[in-house]
Parts: sequence; structure tokens; C-alpha cells
Amino acid sequence: MRYMTIVKSRETGARPSPALIERIMKLGEEASGKGVMVGMGGLGPTALGARARLVNGKITFTDGPFSEAKEVIGGFAIYDVPSKQDALEWTRRFLEAHIGLWDQELEVEVRQMMDGNPSEGC
Amino acid sequence: MAIPPKVAEAIDAVWRIESARLIAGLARLVGDIGVAEDLAQDALVAALEQWPTSGVPDNPGAWLMATAKHRAIDQLRRRKMLDQKHEHLGREMESRQISPEADLAEAIDDHVGDDLLRLIFTTCHPVLTTEARVALTLRLLGGLTTDEIARAFLQPKTTIQQRIVRAKRTLAAARVPFEVPARTELAARLGSVLEVIYLIFNEGYSATAGEDWVRPALCDDALRLGRILAELAPDEAEVHGLVALLEIQASRIRARVGPDGEPILLLQQDRGRWDHLLISRGLAALERAEAFGGGGYGPYALQAAIAACHARARTPEETDWTRIVALYDALAQLLPSPVVELNRAVALSMAFGPAAGLEVVDALRADPALATYHLLPSVRGDLLAKLGRLEEARVELKHAAELTQNSRERKLLLKKMEAL
Repeated sequence: MRYMTIVKSRETGARPSPALIERIMKLGEEASGKGVMVGMGGLGPTALGARARLVNGKITFTDGPFSEAKEVIGGFAIYDVPSKQDALEWTRRFLEAHIGLWDQELEVEVRQMMDGNPSEGC
Repeated sequence: MAIPPKVAEAIDAVWRIESARLIAGLARLVGDIGVAEDLAQDALVAALEQWPTSGVPDNPGAWLMATAKHRAIDQLRRRKMLDQKHEHLGREMESRQISPEADLAEAIDDHVGDDLLRLIFTTCHPVLTTEARVALTLRLLGGLTTDEIARAFLQPKTTIQQRIVRAKRTLAAARVPFEVPARTELAARLGSVLEVIYLIFNEGYSATAGEDWVRPALCDDALRLGRILAELAPDEAEVHGLVALLEIQASRIRARVGPDGEPILLLQQDRGRWDHLLISRGLAALERAEAFGGGGYGPYALQAAIAACHARARTPEETDWTRIVALYDALAQLLPSPVVELNRAVALSMAFGPAAGLEVVDALRADPALATYHLLPSVRGDLLAKLGRLEEARVELKHAAELTQNSRERKLLLKKMEAL
């Protein structure tokens, strides 16, 4: 089963310290070593991005930053694990890695990817 | 006390994530994977007793390791007191220059990669039967329970239990050292590891028996084992070759089964349902295997290269069959086998017409190794049908349907026969 974990926080311009980045990379390596890491990445500031919308059949683009957004996506990881609980455990470890090195609130959405097996009904 | 389901699930997850490294670390210290597994299991039991009230600790892996370490030391002391002759364990540890009082958890941390590699070479040791290797590897490396293995292989739980117990006994009796084999043996021993992982994958990918055509959970287990091995032994081209093969084959799993569970063969698959994330991972692994150059492709890399030809083709018509024939030619030289030859025949028929394939297939009919192999009459039936020899084709497809052990496949073959 594949799970995508989506990390969300307020966009304050704070960047993760090298120490935090190292912890996260180490955790990623550990997950790779255990055969469960499919891919991970961090996202740049929304100022470098844009939004595309489809409303009433019309497509519009708006450049970042997304100043009105309460929280934005800062990074993601994709895990290939035997159960949801395993994805939650890796997420717990990810959040734990931030303790003492990141003082803002973080939220991680853990979502099953609908690309799994026929037996999962997709 | 009843354990709340959430906590029980969390403990299961921690066990799946940590057990292999726990067992591997302990096995290096006590020199016996059976003892190591018992110690790790004891630590798990302690977790089940304590975590429901204390909560899951911040670093559950370290907690389990510390607990197992204490049990190991207790056991050592008890053995020393009970019977001086059984100082074996203690001596083992001394000879490794690790005193039981030292912080074993730290000693273990320094060697995680090496220990896991030792563990996988031990569970795939040639003194064990293939079945035993598969069961022991899934259990100790994959963190599967005996129940899960039994379900995956459609065997009674007691059969798997006995198989694992016997395997551990065999390893102990043969005094198989817990180590990575020496350079001279490495290629052969690595071959056994790759074979076990591929066997696990194949049992999931085209189940040899039972009602279901695929059992994706087994494929996932094999894929994880392969990825672990690639991290542990990144300098072995064939490890990357195997991972590439598994990733690309796994990319087709959801396209291989129709809505009613019926098998869909490669050329009929909806390629939009292929998993492109796995394909790109597979192609990247193949590139890593190819980067070794030198001795050219090994058998797994060759098979991966064939799978990659299919993965790169957006439609069946775009398939580079000439290249596939060339790759099968190389594979047949490296790994001469009637099954490879049969696949080469299919590729030949696609590249140069059914008659070219039939010629090779007909030569295989005398091979006793294929006498009960359902894919021989199945392929022959297809080729005859393409050549318009319908009566002969029906006979072959019927024969194939009688030979297959898989009920889904049998239905497909009979359907094909009736459609002629």
C-alpha cells in the first residue's frame, strides 16, 4: 500500500536548519534502507509557484505567493508499507525529528494513494 | 489486560519496521538466529505488556533493543550459573571483544547494514531447502508472522511453523556462521539471495495455485526485500538488475487482472493502468545495473531490459521486438533453459511472424522438462491459431487448460479455445 504524507505549515519564510535537514535526510535514508521509501521532497516558497484553477469551465492562473492561505504544503513523502499504521509510525518519526529544531506547528496529512492493487477496489 | 486495538496496531507497525534490524543485531552477538529471534520476541512481549499503559516510547526501536539486550545478558548469566559448560554464548561474545556490560545497542547501531546483510545471507543459506529459505527470509527480514506466510502460500500454519523451526535447527546444526560470505563465494551465495526474493515475487505475481491470479501483498514484500538488498549491497550489478525487474513487473499488477479477477496478458493490458512511478523506479534501477558495464548484463538485468522494452512502448505495436529477440538470445546463452527458449519463441513470432516462433516451439516439445508445463501448449496453441491451423490450436489450448494449476488461467485458456 502506498501512502503519501503531505506536510503542512504556515508560510512564515522560516527555513529548516541544516541540523533539521540532516535529521530528515537520515530518516529518509533509514526508510530507504528498510525498503519502504518511494520518494520524498521539500517544496520551495509559494512565491516561486502559481495556482491554476478551473471555475465554471474557465481556467485561470495566479502567481504565488499564496498570502491568503493559512497553511501551505512544505514537503511530501511517499511510503510503500504493509499497513496504514506503518505510515503513521514513519510520520510520527518525521514529526519527532522536528522537536527542538522547529518551533512552528506542523500538520502531516497521511493519505492512501489510489494506485494500489485491484483487491483494494481501485 | 486487553490491549486497545490502536496500541496493538502501533506495536505491530513498530515490529515490522524494527524486527529485522533487531534480530540481525542480536544474531551477531549471540551467533544464532533462532536465539536472536527469541530474544527479540521476548522484547516484543514486554512491549505488549508495558506500552498499553506507558504509551509507545519516543524511540521504540531503541527501547526494544535495550530490552532484548537485558534479556540477552540475563540469559547469559543464568546459563553461566546453571551450567559452566554452556558458556558458549559468553565466549562467543568475548571472542568478538564485546563485553555483555558494554552498551550493546550502540555496538549494534554501528553495524546495522552489515548485520542485515549477514542476516539475509544466513536466511538464504544453501544448506536450507528453497522453501525453508523463503519462509525464513519472509519471517526474519520481511517481519511477516507465521500466519501471514501461511496465508500467502496457501499452506497450513503448522506446516510453515515446522518449516521455520526446522530451518533454524538446520542452520545451528550445520554451524552456519553469521557472516557475509567471502569474496570467492559471494557470487554464488548472492545468487541464492536473489533467487529467494524472485521466488517470493513470482508466487505473488502469477500464483502457481489457488483461486487468485495475483497476490499483490507478496509482490510488495519481495519488492521491499529487493530494495533493502539494493541499499545493503549497492556494488552488485545483479541486485539492481533484480530490483529493476521487480519494479517494472510490479508496475503492471493492476493492469494484469480484470474486473472479475480474470488474468489479462501483457499485450492486452490497458497501458494507462500501468504504474508509472514504479516504471521510472525500475528504469532507474536498470540504469544503475547497466552502469557497471564490464561483464555485460547478468540474467536479472537482461530480464529487466526485456521488461523495459515493454514498459517503454506506449502501445503494443510500438514494442521493439527485434531488441527483445536479441535480449532473449543473450539470456538463452547465459541461462540456457527451455522456459527462456519458449519466451524467445514468442518474441521471434512477434518480430518475424508466427512460423518463426513455431519452429522453436516445436523443437521444445521433445524436452521432458516442459512435459507438464502449461505454457508450452498455450503458446503453441496461440501460434497455430495465428497460422490458421485452428483444429490443432484447439487441441493445444485444451491441453494447456488441463495442465494449469490456476483456475483463473484455466478459464482464460478455455475461453480462448472456444473463441477459435
